Amino acid sequence: MEKRTGTDRVKRGMAEMQKGGVIMDVINAEQAKIAEEAGAVAVMALERVPSDIRAAGGVARMADPTIVEEVRDAVSIPVMAKARIGHIVEARLLEALGVDYIDESEVLTPADEVFHLNKSEYTVPFVCGAKDLGEATRRIGEGASMLRTKGEPGTGNIVEAVRHQRLIQAQVRKVLSMSDDELMTEAKNLGAPFHVLQDIRETGRLPVVNFAAGGIATPADAALMMHLGSDGVFVGSGIFKSDNPAKFGRAIVEATTHYDDFKLIAELSKDLGTAMKGIEISTLEPKDRMQDRGW
Amino acid sequence: MMNIGVLALQGAVREHVRALEAPDVQVTVVKKVEQLNELDGLVFPGGESTTMRRLINLYGFYEPLKQFAAEGKPVFGTCAGAILMAKEIAGQAEPHLSVMDMTVERNAFGRQRESFEAYLPMKNVGEDIEAVFIRAPIIRSVGENVTVLAEYDGSIVAAQQGPFVACSFHPELTDDDRFHQYFVEVVRQSLKEPVAQ
Repeated sequence: MEKRTGTDRVKRGMAEMQKGGVIMDVINAEQAKIAEEAGAVAVMALERVPSDIRAAGGVARMADPTIVEEVRDAVSIPVMAKARIGHIVEARLLEALGVDYIDESEVLTPADEVFHLNKSEYTVPFVCGAKDLGEATRRIGEGASMLRTKGEPGTGNIVEAVRHQRLIQAQVRKVLSMSDDELMTEAKNLGAPFHVLQDIRETGRLPVVNFAAGGIATPADAALMMHLGSDGVFVGSGIFKSDNPAKFGRAIVEATTHYDDFKLIAELSKDLGTAMKGIEISTLEPKDRMQDRGW
Repeated sequence: MMNIGVLALQGAVREHVRALEAPDVQVTVVKKVEQLNELDGLVFPGGESTTMRRLINLYGFYEPLKQFAAEGKPVFGTCAGAILMAKEIAGQAEPHLSVMDMTVERNAFGRQRESFEAYLPMKNVGEDIEAVFIRAPIIRSVGENVTVLAEYDGSIVAAQQGPFVACSFHPELTDDDRFHQYFVEVVRQSLKEPVAQ
């Protein structure tokens, strides 16, 4: 009985199991336990949540391995962690620490402005951000096993995640309606690997799970992203920047499961306290736009 | 026409729906307790068992699901679904639904980097069944009324107790539908002669 690790099915399958769930950013064991208790399907171990990274400025790197280990040992749900775009050693290090998924993330300062990681080489699966189908399929081409919208992290503003998810969905629909002789030109226009577009057309959908991320601040935001066809949501700063993280986390989880039960979402949106403050996107300087990192 | 449900609180639901397809099977995506009444069989999909359990409690599924099993209606659990079904969970004080006489250990093969796929011979099901193990549990022991359907490397990874079938891998992630169709047959038989527990 030959045993094969790190296959596409094993790596993509792990993300399939997270569908319909919420993945929460945490910075220590205590928050990780609150997230697990609230019903998170996984936690993302970080040194600082995106809104604090934004506020602090400077270079944002992979979290201290002590934090990753602390979180890993505190919960039984999967643990993810972020590596800088193109930072081969940070990624290998997180793999060695036994994290279950690596986010090659624009929230951190990129280590390489030209090349993303060759994710096919790793046993551990990767999630990557995308703004459109070209970016999404390039990441899949490099071996990403899961996608998420980039949104605009740490802003508490959903508008960019909505833009990205709507665009990706529309571009997938367009590919599905194309004839064979149109597909290569579409690949050229999108900058998309041809074989990934072929795969999408054959199966009728993206070959990997696509979550929403970047700016989800309320239960209604989470439900909105599910309505737009997301497979699940990442919540970064939203939960532990709110007044009552345990309650807030539970509300986001429920809103994600029952995104079409509006009465329920209305109920669980009551008395949650103040959500994170939020930033209007047009006030961001170009250099502060995390979504423009990577290509 | 049989009606088989897939519990859709969280996890890989779509894959099970596809794998259960048969001319005489209608598949229902179950999100509300009332839907259980219409079902002849039920699948607990893979996902995160702690998350699913929270949602089971939250939406009042706990007693109705136990009742469903108590009536001897077939249940099939994969990975997290098997954990929900077990009578005992190693290192955990309380089980979840406790419908099947077995002890499971969560994440027993290790973390994601240790996740793997392999081909298994399965009793009553077939040879070379494609099995994808993702942070998978192991069935550490089973009661005397439980039949072991498959082992991997000396560990039990699939078992059956009358109408209840559980496995620690994900047959739903492959195009090999033989195990699902085996469960469909269990449901088909149960409608002919209700299986006593």
